[in-house]
Amino acid sequence: MTRPAVLTGKHFMHGDHACAEGALAAGCRFFAGYPITPSTEIAEHLAARLPEVDGVFIQMEDELASMATILGASAAGARSMTATSGPGLSLMMENLGLGVMLELPTLVVDVMRGSPSTGLPTLPGQSDVMQARWGSHGDFAVIAYSPWSPQEMFDLTILSFNMADLYCVPAILLADEVVGHMVEKVTIPPEDKIDHIERKKPSKPADGSTYKSYLVEDPDLVPALPFAGEGYHIHLTGLTHDERGYPDMSAETHDHLVRRLFEKIQKNANDIIRVEGYELEGARIMVVSYGCTARSAHSAVLQARAKGIPAGLLRLVSIWPFPECIIRDLSKSIDHFIVAEMNLGQVRLEVERVVHRDVIGVHHAGGAMIPPEPILAAIEAVAK
Amino acid sequence: MSQAIVAEKHPLDDLIRADRMPHIWCPGCGIGIIMRCYAQAILDSDMPIDKHIVVSGIGCSGRVAGYMKLDSYHTTHGRAIPFATGLKLANPSLTVSVFSGDGDLAAIGGNHLIHAARRNIDLTVVCINNFNFGMTGGQVGPTTPQGAFGTTAPYGCQELPFNLPGLLKACGANFVSRWTAVHVRQVRDDIQYAFSKPGFAFIEVLAPCPIGFGKSNGIDDGLEEMEMYRDRSVHIQEAKASEEEMVIDLRADHPIYVGRFVDRDRPPFKPAEALKS
Amino acid sequence: MKVYDRTPLNLDRMVIPHGRVYLIPERCKGCNICIRFCPMQVLQESKGQNAKGYHYPEIVEGKEDACVHCQFCMIVCPEFAIYTDAGEGSTP
Repeated sequence: MTRPAVLTGKHFMHGDHACAEGALAAGCRFFAGYPITPSTEIAEHLAARLPEVDGVFIQMEDELASMATILGASAAGARSMTATSGPGLSLMMENLGLGVMLELPTLVVDVMRGSPSTGLPTLPGQSDVMQARWGSHGDFAVIAYSPWSPQEMFDLTILSFNMADLYCVPAILLADEVVGHMVEKVTIPPEDKIDHIERKKPSKPADGSTYKSYLVEDPDLVPALPFAGEGYHIHLTGLTHDERGYPDMSAETHDHLVRRLFEKIQKNANDIIRVEGYELEGARIMVVSYGCTARSAHSAVLQARAKGIPAGLLRLVSIWPFPECIIRDLSKSIDHFIVAEMNLGQVRLEVERVVHRDVIGVHHAGGAMIPPEPILAAIEAVAK
Repeated sequence: MSQAIVAEKHPLDDLIRADRMPHIWCPGCGIGIIMRCYAQAILDSDMPIDKHIVVSGIGCSGRVAGYMKLDSYHTTHGRAIPFATGLKLANPSLTVSVFSGDGDLAAIGGNHLIHAARRNIDLTVVCINNFNFGMTGGQVGPTTPQGAFGTTAPYGCQELPFNLPGLLKACGANFVSRWTAVHVRQVRDDIQYAFSKPGFAFIEVLAPCPIGFGKSNGIDDGLEEMEMYRDRSVHIQEAKASEEEMVIDLRADHPIYVGRFVDRDRPPFKPAEALKS
Repeated sequence: MKVYDRTPLNLDRMVIPHGRVYLIPERCKGCNICIRFCPMQVLQESKGQNAKGYHYPEIVEGKEDACVHCQFCMIVCPEFAIYTDAGEGSTP
């Protein structure tokens, strides 16, 4: 028997599977990927589920092909996605940039593992954060969310699809092996409660004239691109291009295009950014964390509060674009910032850039979740 | 002598981006010839032009997508076939063609070429084989004939080239043919035939490249290479040669074997469907 | 003109078109492929040059009526620069 796309109800669900169900609920009907621990379960789940909703599942020959295939599907109008981990994400970098340049929305799920290189395939890490932001060549901005639970694997997949379609850009879901492989309660709402943002489409039908794909007059800086086969005869190219999409090698056109692509995300950052605050009331010490590490940070903050220490947790649900304004505002009332993350200090660099002072790091290169104890110790050390 | 009648519009101008003519390809380059065959095949195919999609990779041949007045996608080096795969599978009503060069399809894109053929994805792939990386100035590529010269093979290419028809036949493509830029009617016919034939169709067309390949190998201009093709091509039906010998070898006595190598009906790739209870 | 060993039955009904050559000079890059491959040798390189300095083709003296609209020049031109159509008055 075939199950519907939205499995409304309460579930006890595997994180990777929750991500797959989130994609189906978001209307994703196309997956192309390549097996890689710890994200393979997303592919396996969708291999069974996509045919049930008349979707397309294809396992490609490598991650290069996977990224190119989901962009092709996006050009045809489908909501498409792939799922990988660090090594695969590295192979997807060039075509991630192509998605940015062609302004084709799609979703790349990166279930992070111990890195670099082959690292710890079956164990967690959070060290792809900067790669997600700067991994592909050139100046451009990305959207990246980081779930800390199977429920958020479901919710943030839907959010990622909506933001990707809203701003015509690839989105990245930066999960980690813990969140991907744990099993927890996942509540799936009724279908009509799942918001669905459609891509902006051309306002007038094709009329045989050269359609100006990249003539952007709306303040949100987002173009209205038709799908393949709709008669507009558009041209999309990875080369720097003018309003018609024709290659244009002038420095002026290049600067204008690259700035628009960048501003398209930065200008709308407030609409994209998501953070969650815990015990912020009267906090003097702020722990900043994300993903699975934030679970330990939350426990540490609660224990500190129990000891009368004014500690709070700012959990970054969106890592890119970086929530600068929020952190800058907080820093007015915060004496000490602590960043807890499973890498050697990537988000810490961003926080230091924003608050212009030293930030304490609770770091670990990966392979095991950071427990609450070292975070609590760091809080207590500065609380004296 | 008297002048030809000066015209403003070419009969195929509605299918190409006439506002971007003249195109960037060098005098005597064969890519324009093959693009014209493609445009003619589209005009003569009964499929609506809106449903014809062209995808190109990087390189001289990669610029074909930019000159066709179709929904056209100029992707990254080697990744035209997977991009086209995504397009086709997401909207099977589209007729998706891939236009790229020997380097783009068989060097960096080789893995995607052989897998798409193995899966028999319903695509028409036109590989313009000019034996070198022309855009970057004439380096040797995976199809450069042994002994031929290139800017990265100043002592002659040491490697054996791909025999693309043999490779694609082994991978499982439904249709494989090889022609040269002189066989313009056969190229048009095969492209049109490929449109309506389900499964993976691969058409290799040898094209003159006077600047990239010609200059290093004593072929003065495109015309000379066209004449070489005309004089040395042998149809595979008349050839008394095994498949291995059908590799391209431009040294003196070796003929260029052209024709339709494969025309079979393996089922094209179709995504899995749920067992409707 | 007699070119057959045996006369085809429908020879009298065969009409050889009288072609006219059209050119878009600015697109020509002087590759001479149309000139060499024209079966009736109608074309030659002209003294005239386009803006980029390429010598576009012209019709050979006395060959004004030689074109048979076989279209091979159009088919083999890489630049979409030349084509023919069948003018009136075609010789049987």
